[in-house]
Amino acid sequence: MESVKFAVNGTERSLEVEPRTLLVHALRDELRLTGTNIGCDSSSCGACTVLVDGQSAKSCTMFAVQADGADITTIEGVADADGKMHPMQQAFHEHHALQCGYCTPGMVMAAISLVEEYPELDDHSVRHGLEGNLCRCTGYQNIVNAVLAVAGSGSATPIRPYQSGQGE
Amino acid sequence: MTMTDDPATHMGSHRLRREDPALLTGEAQFIDDMSLHGEIWVGIVRSTEAHATILGVDGRAALEIDGVTEVLSGADLAPLWGEGALPCAWPVTDDMRDPAHLPVATSVAKYVGDAVAVVLADSRYAAADGAAAVSVDYDPLPAVVDIEAAVAEGAPLVHEDLGTNESYTWPLIPDPKAVDAAFAGAAHVVSERYVQQRLIPAPMEPRGVIAAPGVANGELTLYSATQIPHILKVMTAVTLDIPEHKIRVVAPSVGGGFGCKLNVYAEEILCCALAMDRGVPVRWTEGRSEAATATIQGRGQVQHIELAADADGKVQAVRVKLLADMGAYLQLVTPGVPLLGAFLYHGCYDVAHYSFECTSVFTNKTPTDAYRGAGRPEATYAVERAMDSLAVAVGVTPEEIRSRNFIAADAFPYESCAELTFDSGDYQAVLDKAVAMADLESVRAEQAQRRADGSNRQIGVGLSSYVEMCGLAPSRVLASLNYGAGGWEAATVRVLPTAKVQVITGSTPHGQGHETSWSMIVADKLGIDPDDVDVLHSDTAISPTGLDTYGSRSLSVGGTAVFMATDKVLDKARLIAAHQLEANEDDLEYFDGAFQVKGTPTAAVPFAAIAFAAFTAHDLPDGMEPNLEAHVTYDPPNFTFPNGTHIAVVEVDTETGNVDIVDYVAVDDCGNQVNPMIVEGQVHGGVLQGAAQALYEDAVYNEDGQIVTVNLGDYLVPSAAEAPVYRVASHVTPSPTNPMGVKGIGEAGTIAATPAVINAVVDALRPTGVTDVTMPASPQTVWRAINEAQGGAS
Repeated sequence: MESVKFAVNGTERSLEVEPRTLLVHALRDELRLTGTNIGCDSSSCGACTVLVDGQSAKSCTMFAVQADGADITTIEGVADADGKMHPMQQAFHEHHALQCGYCTPGMVMAAISLVEEYPELDDHSVRHGLEGNLCRCTGYQNIVNAVLAVAGSGSATPIRPYQSGQGE
Repeated sequence: MTMTDDPATHMGSHRLRREDPALLTGEAQFIDDMSLHGEIWVGIVRSTEAHATILGVDGRAALEIDGVTEVLSGADLAPLWGEGALPCAWPVTDDMRDPAHLPVATSVAKYVGDAVAVVLADSRYAAADGAAAVSVDYDPLPAVVDIEAAVAEGAPLVHEDLGTNESYTWPLIPDPKAVDAAFAGAAHVVSERYVQQRLIPAPMEPRGVIAAPGVANGELTLYSATQIPHILKVMTAVTLDIPEHKIRVVAPSVGGGFGCKLNVYAEEILCCALAMDRGVPVRWTEGRSEAATATIQGRGQVQHIELAADADGKVQAVRVKLLADMGAYLQLVTPGVPLLGAFLYHGCYDVAHYSFECTSVFTNKTPTDAYRGAGRPEATYAVERAMDSLAVAVGVTPEEIRSRNFIAADAFPYESCAELTFDSGDYQAVLDKAVAMADLESVRAEQAQRRADGSNRQIGVGLSSYVEMCGLAPSRVLASLNYGAGGWEAATVRVLPTAKVQVITGSTPHGQGHETSWSMIVADKLGIDPDDVDVLHSDTAISPTGLDTYGSRSLSVGGTAVFMATDKVLDKARLIAAHQLEANEDDLEYFDGAFQVKGTPTAAVPFAAIAFAAFTAHDLPDGMEPNLEAHVTYDPPNFTFPNGTHIAVVEVDTETGNVDIVDYVAVDDCGNQVNPMIVEGQVHGGVLQGAAQALYEDAVYNEDGQIVTVNLGDYLVPSAAEAPVYRVASHVTPSPTNPMGVKGIGEAGTIAATPAVINAVVDALRPTGVTDVTMPASPQTVWRAINEAQGGAS
């Protein structure tokens, strides 16, 4: 077993883990931070995305020991102290950018990182910036709109009034 | 009933979802987030052979691993389930062949991924290590992989004892002579063969199971990432011979299903049997690569479709012969999936004569079963591709051939040649709206220009007009199809003493937002805030009666039950109000959350006062039971028939074969809409799944029956970078079948998108001589199609 120390959502944590323990399993099974989900076993889906020292990382692609000394943020740590959701969480809510919600924590973390890293985003760059995160429910359009709304690029379209043929 | 933008009503508004905050903050509990004291982990050893005799299972190396406690072969486990094979609930014909399907194979493995042994361990890692360390001795047998090869003379047999690979043949031919006559006299005959590749459903959450025994009283709680806790409870009771009232099934937050969690799986029965036997919680979590073979797959058909049309392109008859891939075993509704499309191969067209026949065959592959659309995407693909071929033969546009054949708006209710009664629609208006939105005139001008220029980036336009049967279903109709259950749905509306409301629904959401929508339905009828309505579901101890969520049935059946139960609550509330006001109940009207005497607003009793009066029971009408609560079980009188026209515009790079969707327009008629925001979301996601079948996804098996696409690196679930921008609209014709006039939207996008995209690809390539492309239309496939059409090497 190896000793590992890192800060998770601002709290110092010490763990004894097998060297092969994945960061995502340390977070979920040892620290019971189950908001970070696991959707694949090939680093393809991004459901397990967290921030490691401020950068988005797929926590299934790191060993817990590799995060020794790091500052880790998970979905449980992005709301403010009063429990008010992070603007990205709020935007996902307001743009109907989630359905089953399984990819959502990872998608939100990746989106937070994307917006912080690239302030000038448009539809194309959001889509390519999130290409490591898969969603099977939404078809992505509302996710892209939510991210653009937070990015403040001005190109975000709010949820459009549904074009109804009723009464025509 | 009218749904309006009136701020006083919620139905028809873009109300944000109450489900979101728990999902957005990580608070929601999915199956793998749970943990029970004393639980043991199951690791499953899966066959690496498509077809092989199991000579032996050697667990010695596994037992050396720290944390591994037991290694069990299929033979070791057999006493736990005795004769109890995994259930198939849809014996579509009386002579259907349904081989016994044990949770863990004992003597012969029949597909790659078939469970052959089980490891018990004290941790997730030890279970995985143990399963990898078990050595299985196989004697390979010839495998049947291709469905056309499976029915050829001398084909190896998947199930030797059946003497054939055929499971059943199911015909629907109301008047064979009329069909023959129509083809004999046709001016145009279109005859096509299409292949529906197998698809991996791939909800983002893999499956998972925890079975927890209540040792003292012989009870069992099954937690499962399932769409069907109610059906699963009955089937677990029957399969393991456990008294049904001792079983509770809970579906926690479920991360998508798309039909693949509509089943009774080996792992559920295995964990339950072990939990009851060992007296401790037993759990299993599926890995993504494991899901490629352990979870059912979708589609898998070879379709032959023929259209007989007159000189104007008016279709007189449709003739279909289908070969459907069951895989190695029949899962819960495997054989019924082709039947869900069997009635719809004439599409939304007024066709007089119909001939459909399906032969379903076993192969040495993972079983197929319901995947988003289940039978209807396949049917729609065949008829919509064939209609485009007919348009070419007749020399008219795709929209013109459809207009000439649509069921007329004044023909509803419409008795179809496949013996269904279509509820409502205005297919021409829907198409006109889609054509206008897509601005086809400009797109075709650009297409003509690029063709004239010999551009290597050709433009294609693809239309797909669809109608589907949803709202499964009238129980008597299901009986006529030999389905093993009814098609009703249950709801309870319970008014609490403080006038807050609990709704208990038999529908089982896993992303569809039922809590939000159901609360809107109830709130509008009662004149209260949707936030004062709680919606409970997915736990058979809370919602004991239900038939769950699949087939776009939840709103039109489950939502209708909620609507009707709320009416019953209001009926009782009216009697209490009349009693309190000393008025005749017929003189009362319910307005803005209060009963009042018509024309006398001062004589009113608010809903909250009635709720409290029902609770105290101090002064109720003589003979009335206390409390304010109603239960409804609604069995629909007919299916509903959502419809629409989708238009895809693609750009094809003729040098690389790459296809980009450059515009996508969807106009759908799902009847009245409770929450258009949710409707739009369903369309978006559905369209991408349908487009993904057209362009990206394929469960590839090699000739030995080994699956090649085991993870999300190989199986191409599209990302945001591939997804098009969707432009969606609706044209509403309320369904007369239910009081809300709703039809269903969960599968529409998936049904419509696949043929729209392929029709667009073929349209783009028409100048090159290409008349068809196989799915998925990958760059390589498209490039080869162009090269072959131009006489080059493939």
